Amino acid sequence: MSATTLTAPTTLTGSFTPAAFAAHLASLPPSLPTWWLDRKRAAYARFAALPLPSRTDEMWRFSNIGTLTLEGFTLPGAATTVPHAPIGIPKAAKLVFANGRLFSRQVLSPELAARGVIVDTLQNALVKHEALVREHLLAQPPKLGSPKFGALHEAFLADGAFISVPRDVQLDLPIGIFSYALGATAAVFPHTLVIAGENARVSVVEYFGSDSDDSAQFAAGANDLYAGHGSQISYIGKQDWSHRALSFQSNSTVVRRDARVQSLNLHLGARQARHESLSQLAAPGAFSEMLALTVAEAGQEFDQRTLQIHQAPNTKSDLLYKNALRGTAKTIFSGLIVVDPDAQKTDAYQSNRNLMLSDDAEACSLPGLEIQANDVRCTHGATSSRIDPEQEFYLQSRGIAKEQADELLTFGFFEEVLNRLANDDLHEALRTLIQTKFKK
Amino acid sequence: MKPPTDTDTLTAPADATTVENPAVGIDQTAGNFSYKVDYAFDAGTGLSEDTVRYISSVKKEAPWILEFRLAALKKFFSMPLPTHWATKDLEAIDFQKIRYYLSQGQKPKRTWDEVPDDIKKTFERLGIPEQERKFLAGVEAQFDSEAAYSNIKDIVAKQGVIFVNSTEGLREHPEIFKKFFGKVIPTGDNKFSALNSAVFSGGSFIYVPKGVKVAQPLQAYFRINAENFGQFERTLIICDEGAEVTYMEGCTAPKFSTSTLHSAVVELVALKGAKIQYITVQNWANNVFNLVTKRGIAHEDAEIKWIDCNIGSRLTMKYPGVVLKGERARGEVISIALANDGQHQDTGAKMIHAANHTTSNIVAKSISVGQGRSTYRGVVHIPKHLKGCKNNTECDALLINTNSRTDTYPAITVRGDKNSTQHEASVSKVSEDMIFYMQQRGLTEGQAMSLAVNGFINDLARQFPMEYSVELKRLIDLEMEGSVG
Repeated sequence: MSATTLTAPTTLTGSFTPAAFAAHLASLPPSLPTWWLDRKRAAYARFAALPLPSRTDEMWRFSNIGTLTLEGFTLPGAATTVPHAPIGIPKAAKLVFANGRLFSRQVLSPELAARGVIVDTLQNALVKHEALVREHLLAQPPKLGSPKFGALHEAFLADGAFISVPRDVQLDLPIGIFSYALGATAAVFPHTLVIAGENARVSVVEYFGSDSDDSAQFAAGANDLYAGHGSQISYIGKQDWSHRALSFQSNSTVVRRDARVQSLNLHLGARQARHESLSQLAAPGAFSEMLALTVAEAGQEFDQRTLQIHQAPNTKSDLLYKNALRGTAKTIFSGLIVVDPDAQKTDAYQSNRNLMLSDDAEACSLPGLEIQANDVRCTHGATSSRIDPEQEFYLQSRGIAKEQADELLTFGFFEEVLNRLANDDLHEALRTLIQTKFKK
Repeated sequence: MKPPTDTDTLTAPADATTVENPAVGIDQTAGNFSYKVDYAFDAGTGLSEDTVRYISSVKKEAPWILEFRLAALKKFFSMPLPTHWATKDLEAIDFQKIRYYLSQGQKPKRTWDEVPDDIKKTFERLGIPEQERKFLAGVEAQFDSEAAYSNIKDIVAKQGVIFVNSTEGLREHPEIFKKFFGKVIPTGDNKFSALNSAVFSGGSFIYVPKGVKVAQPLQAYFRINAENFGQFERTLIICDEGAEVTYMEGCTAPKFSTSTLHSAVVELVALKGAKIQYITVQNWANNVFNLVTKRGIAHEDAEIKWIDCNIGSRLTMKYPGVVLKGERARGEVISIALANDGQHQDTGAKMIHAANHTTSNIVAKSISVGQGRSTYRGVVHIPKHLKGCKNNTECDALLINTNSRTDTYPAITVRGDKNSTQHEASVSKVSEDMIFYMQQRGLTEGQAMSLAVNGFINDLARQFPMEYSVELKRLIDLEMEGSVG
């Protein structure tokens, strides 16, 4: 660490002081490779030097900057219990993290393990599969405006999930990753790294939750998805942090030749949640499907930023982000499709739909395109409106009460996204989760 | 053919060696010129408080205008270039090398032989009369349209319409214009509106009295002899209750200009039930930075429509806006942009809904040819507790060559559940089937491409007055030449 970071004003580091960082480093197992510790030190230096986002920062346009804070959080200790896991579907393996430490696990079947599938903690993987981790862990550039929080994540990342599926192995059941923040002011830094080898297939379901809805917690999470040639990755992330939490999540996806990645992010929790999603279509035939569903209520703010980069010809991306807004909630969708020069025959789509269910809610849409090749098909659309009065009237005319009709239409609004999931059990589980939150 | 109102042929180039201008001798770096008789009508190059005081004194302005200008100048110096979102190309502007005011008698002189061949060719193709060509090329600074001008002026004057330039407007009719001057677009709205507020000259001030419907479009060029400026023009149009007016500025022919910065401010005020339509055809030469702020306020039941066509310039940044202030007000922006090699058309629209049941519509079409870059930027804002507001936005971009570029950056904010917005954008190229079909009917590839591009903007071009749309078509044919193959 350089001398300047040690004397950096506390406002730039908040609770994440140099002393806290030193304590974090000391808590890590001694087996970790030096390059990783060096990277963490460099990340901390970057974090401590970078300013918090400012109001004129174009990447933070419309975001509430005043409520971003690094003060008042603690690095929590080990947990003794975790809340009940809410996704009742069969899984191939499971890792449960509480406050950044492995709490419990369901190991893979010996058969899958024998075929080379790895589901392990990052700490173990850093030792056992060093080269693979080094190649893919946080390897993509932070392009969506949160270099400070990304650096914070890297500096304080203690443990996370590592999933690697080798060539030609296809998993039928999803792998479950659970991350809990426990304690009133807990700060957590979850990470999931998924690597799919050539023609491999894997599905990952990740859940983020808190012990109480009143905990003013902090989360700076990230994931890396790497889809090798011809592979398929399906990723479902459910963010259900405490309603007083401040959350930053940065997802980064690389899709290689003829590979296919589908990601669905469900946003339910936190008082202010920023979600950044970068999808790089790196080789011909790559396809990335980006889906998100948000139920925003009370004073919640969901700030979603996406970037689809088409780096090679004949690639395809399809984005659908739907937000339902109640109370004084606010959502921001800022998406950008970038088509690099020579990425001809790109087919890119981007759609943001906001369903306004309250007179005090606010929806901001910034759908963007930057196209530098001519033989492309790129479209985007953004709409914001209330429930269609005609549809409402139709249901009412059939004897359905207005409230029920509205509920049905709202669930129908979500269903368009959920229908894209191939796994029926998962579809059902997610539908239940959303409807439960919605009816609360 | 309409000659332009906003020509800046009077302005000497930064590189003064190409023109015979007595003003070249002054110290261009310091900007602290002296009031020598020889340079009586020249503010020199560079920008300082003295420049502003000088402009104001030449125009014999009231003290409040000078104060307004000086405050604006301070604002201009204090504001950074908006490069955190806009193109870094703005940094290429050297504000100290620009002439901010040059009056009559200080026109740059140029002979017909000095006019570049491509400009001459364009005149030829567009069928512009000899007389107008010389004016447009800057060979002659005056174009004799006095007859036509006074004719129209007489007709509208009988209806009580005031149609004057900015200096005259503020001097002769302060009771009408002072109230709205600088109110629609505050000085500090952006760096370039501040610059314009400091050094403005030229432009039109129009007042249309209650209930008066001006039958023929008012064209800035009628007034060209009165004061021939366009570099920092200032236009203010006030349309009183129930009145209607159409205003046209610009010209489809390329304007050969030696000045590199054009920064206008246009303010429109449509009072209750009034209708204003403002048509612009911009075709500056390819070295001009065209940084314009245009905004209107629409009161109850009023309607403001901007029809904006950008073909020329090196960089255009222009986002005509409407503040929908009264109930049931309507705002519309129709925008066509054509970006060829070396050009960046950064255009768009702003719709600020501030009353119930207001509606707005934006239709933008852009064409990028060669290495041209076109950008759409839009803001739609529907704040809290309004109901029945609607916005529709459509942006279509056509890319002609493999290295053409287009960007779209809309920003839409909606509050509450009683409003609705929809935005759609698409990017495409000319379909090969279409080109093939036309080719097998005997058209060359170039002709087919031209036809397809004209078809792309046809529904918008039809909204232009006839002669403009005819010229637009010819101009597109011209721009498309050599773009295929």
